[in-house]
Amino acid sequence: MNAPVFVAGTGIISAIGNSVAECLAALENERAGMGQMQNLKSAHSQRLPVAEVKLNNEELAQLTGLPKIKSRTALLSLVAAKEALANAGIENIKDLRTGFISATSVGGMDKTENFFTEFLKDNSKGKLRDVVDHECGSVTELVADALGIKDYITTISTACSSSANAIFLGARLIKNDIVDVVVAGGTDSLTRFTLNGFNTLMIVDEQFCQPFDENRRGLNLGEGAGYVVLVSEKTAATLKNKPNIVLSGYCNANDAYHQTASSPDGIGSYLAMSGALKKAGLQPSDIDYINLHGTGTQNNDIAEGTAIKRLFEPHYPKMSSTKTYTGHTLGACGGIEAAFSILALQHGEIFPNLRLQTPMVELPFVPERKLEKNVEVKHVLSNSFGFGGNCSSLIFSKVEN
Amino acid sequence: MLDLKEQIIAQLNLQDIKPEDIGDDQPLFVEGLGLDSIDALELIVLLQQQYKIKLSNAEDGPKVFKTVRTMAEYITAHQAQNV
Amino acid sequence: MKTENHITASCIIRNNLVYKNGIKVFEESGSALSDFLVSAYRHFDLQYPKFFKMDNLSKLGWLANEILLTGSFDKEKYKPEDTGIVLSNANASLDTDIKYYETAKTIASPAQFVYTLPNIVIGEISIRHKFKGENAFFISEEFDAGFIEQYVSNLINNNILQSCICGWADVLDSAYNATLFLIEKDKSPNSVNFTKENLNKIHQLQNG
Repeated sequence: MNAPVFVAGTGIISAIGNSVAECLAALENERAGMGQMQNLKSAHSQRLPVAEVKLNNEELAQLTGLPKIKSRTALLSLVAAKEALANAGIENIKDLRTGFISATSVGGMDKTENFFTEFLKDNSKGKLRDVVDHECGSVTELVADALGIKDYITTISTACSSSANAIFLGARLIKNDIVDVVVAGGTDSLTRFTLNGFNTLMIVDEQFCQPFDENRRGLNLGEGAGYVVLVSEKTAATLKNKPNIVLSGYCNANDAYHQTASSPDGIGSYLAMSGALKKAGLQPSDIDYINLHGTGTQNNDIAEGTAIKRLFEPHYPKMSSTKTYTGHTLGACGGIEAAFSILALQHGEIFPNLRLQTPMVELPFVPERKLEKNVEVKHVLSNSFGFGGNCSSLIFSKVEN
Repeated sequence: MLDLKEQIIAQLNLQDIKPEDIGDDQPLFVEGLGLDSIDALELIVLLQQQYKIKLSNAEDGPKVFKTVRTMAEYITAHQAQNV
Repeated sequence: MKTENHITASCIIRNNLVYKNGIKVFEESGSALSDFLVSAYRHFDLQYPKFFKMDNLSKLGWLANEILLTGSFDKEKYKPEDTGIVLSNANASLDTDIKYYETAKTIASPAQFVYTLPNIVIGEISIRHKFKGENAFFISEEFDAGFIEQYVSNLINNNILQSCICGWADVLDSAYNATLFLIEKDKSPNSVNFTKENLNKIHQLQNG
């Protein structure tokens, strides 16, 4: 049961780049992806900055080979999932039992809301083909078909921790010898639905977000997709570039406090982080870097910070919220941030928590403000906490070949 | 204030609570009526819908929504301004 | 490796009927879903004012869970992180997505928006009983007993959970259907083995 699960490849598309290499360059050069809305049509376009992927649907369609009328959620998913598979360098995917676990919170909502605008004006209008992929599961099916994956396909929808959950479900499938290879992560496109919703909750920042700052005002919404390719030890041994990173720990817990808000003491976050450490057989002091959930809302950052204080005091690892670059990509953030955590391990780098001016007075630690290079990074903890109290933590570790 | 209590009950789906169960000075949140942060946002919607008062800064919420009386005072003060 | 677990209780809510462990415990024909759910809440004399604020999916799942656990679940046996919840459905939160969209035409309702994710019902059940164990929500076209059996067995057999509430809770407009199961390691007087076949048998029992 404790067979290692290797990371053979990663794929990302986000506001800071259309590939892993582009994202890494942006992370190193402190280039954030937020800006004025270009793709999304919204009444808030002048007021609320968002972190959009810099390609329109036509360009995404060209990259993927899917028709441009398909949901942006599916187009983003396919770009990142294809990159992850290519990066893994698995030649004989057809001969291996392969799974695709994808997470999303909006599914085909982007198409549906365009349909509704026309349909409500005149119920003979609106193209029905725009709503056929509304359901979250059908975006996954569409992408799995395009990737040629048939053996194990499922969709997970647990809000902002969705894709972290997809990744550890993938690991379990490998540990239980159900698949040899799994592409796991998540995707979400920006929609008016989510933007208006978060706006009614009054937690959207009108400026670029400042997670873990005393004067933080809220989050910026983003979009994108991130996937990892996980393989069994047996499959890893057949690869030209033998992977040296494993998913060593993972845990999910429920905060059991409120539909959307985190409990003041961050009990769910604490349970998720401590459970992941236990699973990995590590002590808190073994962790070199925490990729924070760090949304920039008052509530998340104090709950997450309090849980970190309780678990790590007095030896705090380096930490940062890369949502300062990508915005909060909801169902995709666990996948994108897992890929960033893997970059930290591969390159020995800690990416900065941008725009941090005044550290939070309640917390005895301060996230990194500058890029750090040539750091020994062996174990990285990645946090993803979602509405519904759903809290997940993943740990990625470097191993000797 | 009775109207306001009825509006609060309707807006927040407090089905088993009658207007007379809510004291004018009873705290609305946590230990009082047990309302939460989402209810606070719904009260902001109520002010906007019923009284055309826009509370744009969520941080004013705790002060304004402390009790039915503080809410009523806020409404009176801001309606006067609108005229 | 293969350990045997048990379905120690079940609850079905559909067609204006409520079944507990296969026995009809409440019926109110002719009423619409939201009225029916409130009637059932009153019938079982549940005291939880927050119920009225929930969307229909959370009301349905929460109510099914109350009926599932009442008299069948010994909370004292478990730590909060020992009990988890794994649910699935076909329509995610679409029912509330649509209602929220309607409010957005005038002033978007924050109280509706917070229910526009399917896993909020898991949150509501967890809050009620302080369950802090692993939880997940899956979207699939139909109730997939094989998947649920495999997923939940893995959680219990690896001691990630000691007990698990799992099943199906789906609402879209006037159509609704919930089947919840309580899965535990120990047998109880009326329990049956936790197998794909038994899940399907219970789920389909009153389907006809």
